[in-house]
Amino acid sequence: MAEEGDRKEPAGVQKCPTGISGLDEITGGGLPRGRPTLVCGGAGSGKTLMATEFIVRGITEFGEPGAMMTFEETGDELADNVASLGMDLQGLIEQNKLAIDYVHIDRQEIEETGEYDLEGLFVRLAAIIDAVGAKRVVLDTVEALFAALPNEGLIRAELRRLFRWLKSKKVTAVITGEKGENTLTRHGLEEYVSDCVIFLDHRIDRQVATRRLRIVKYRGSLHGTNEYPTLIGADGLSILPISSLGLTYPVTTERVSTGVETLDAMLSGGGYYRGSSVLVSGSAGTGKSSLSAAFADGICRRGEKCLYCSFEESPQQIIRNMASIGIHLAQWQEKGLLKFYNMRPTEQGLEAHLVQLHKMVEDVNPAAAVIDPLTSLTSIGERDQIKAMLTRLIDYLKNHKITTIYTNLNPSGGSVEKTEAMISSLMDTWVVLRNIETNGDRQRLLHVLKSRGMAHSSRVRQFLLTDHGIEMPEQTA
Amino acid sequence: MKKKNEPDITGDLFAEEKPEGGKYVLRLYVAGMNQASARAIKNITRICEEHLEGRYDLQVIDVYQQPTLAKGEQIIAAPTLIKKLPVPLRKFIGSMADEEKILVGLDLRPRGKK
Repeated sequence: MAEEGDRKEPAGVQKCPTGISGLDEITGGGLPRGRPTLVCGGAGSGKTLMATEFIVRGITEFGEPGAMMTFEETGDELADNVASLGMDLQGLIEQNKLAIDYVHIDRQEIEETGEYDLEGLFVRLAAIIDAVGAKRVVLDTVEALFAALPNEGLIRAELRRLFRWLKSKKVTAVITGEKGENTLTRHGLEEYVSDCVIFLDHRIDRQVATRRLRIVKYRGSLHGTNEYPTLIGADGLSILPISSLGLTYPVTTERVSTGVETLDAMLSGGGYYRGSSVLVSGSAGTGKSSLSAAFADGICRRGEKCLYCSFEESPQQIIRNMASIGIHLAQWQEKGLLKFYNMRPTEQGLEAHLVQLHKMVEDVNPAAAVIDPLTSLTSIGERDQIKAMLTRLIDYLKNHKITTIYTNLNPSGGSVEKTEAMISSLMDTWVVLRNIETNGDRQRLLHVLKSRGMAHSSRVRQFLLTDHGIEMPEQTA
Repeated sequence: MKKKNEPDITGDLFAEEKPEGGKYVLRLYVAGMNQASARAIKNITRICEEHLEGRYDLQVIDVYQQPTLAKGEQIIAAPTLIKKLPVPLRKFIGSMADEEKILVGLDLRPRGKK
């Protein structure tokens, strides 16, 4: 049934879009329509949130009413919990688009006397589905039945019947399940839900919490198989859909000015290629940020948008400092052309940063970006992980044809060209900045170490930060 | 102890809470008239007749007809017998086959005695 290597979905599997940022891209359009999907994960991994968002967005974005059967939280508790994410369950209930039934079972007050089935549960589920004409159904967490009733065999038989019944009702269902020791779910729900299984992971790595999502299986559909970084943001879950996108990004011969005339000339007269990745490396105080700011200034001057990500300085500080060398960024910020993203790298995991950057790129849709400095991101993760993540980031920006400057801080004393190999090979253009001392004077120098696809200058030029911008006088070397 | 001349603000259900002679209020929820339902009805009627003659109020409710009651009473299994009175509330699920268990649960027989 599974069709490998074919982008087209088999006719049998229709998709039910979730509206959750990124999830529909990974799943090729959403969850399997008319079938149950199992969402599993540990405590606090966001299962309930994902399930709730599926229902709420189903109603608000796709006009499909929803029904939720909760076993752990009452309807009010659930409504309170998601209210901060802008989801108004009460309002949807009043509009008769949403029905919630909280199933509470107290084992203490129940005695088993002979044979029974869980028809009561079916009747209640049917009631809420029929009440609003639900197309989407959530059961959160149906596993609570195992704690509530002693007869495990019966529960299993009834769950099997329940999932068959849900299919026959043609509703798209999300069933949540708690992660087990060595199994996906504590009670092996994955045995019954065979169409689509999504695993949510929430782990702490170096005191930073990171969330990930993985599609364990998706019968009859092509899907991404990686772990995708996930974030719970102000408006719900976001999943970063990009994997390593591969080397299929669009290329152009169009050039983008570096913001410094002489540097444009050094790059065979035009500047960077649009959509290329530019590395600016140098030790402390060589002018990396200034060169980045000049680039941003040039972009905005042409009326294009630029995203400026700084992990070390606040926007105000950048604006003040750059104004001192004649680069006035405040005007672009006021015009909405320049957007800042400032956050301490250690504030959240690398994934979370990337998810946020991703979101900002989606929102701002910039023509260019500055990541200053890239090195600070590398302080918050394992080497392999960082490389994978940076590759994703670089590929992502490239795919959106966003010309990006990454600055890289070299430890002083080390070789200027000794930038971490893992980054430099991914870059199209590499500009090296350095300080030298001559006659008791420090001089800044610049040269283009590489620039793919153009005949660049091999001269080492002086690089001056004056109060009216960057100047590169003809002399030296 | 409800005084006769006081207004009954809590409604009929509460009025029955302390019935004279310890009256039992039982509700049996079944899902349609299938074999399991029939067995449960037969069993519980027999138990009531034998042990609670004249002091019980047993009502059989079909959850298919009254799905909202199933929600209100937190019914998940069928058949389910709810002992609403006397307190504490207790639920029995199944075909009411285990008479001993039911008698203990209804406080008609002390716990632990077999």
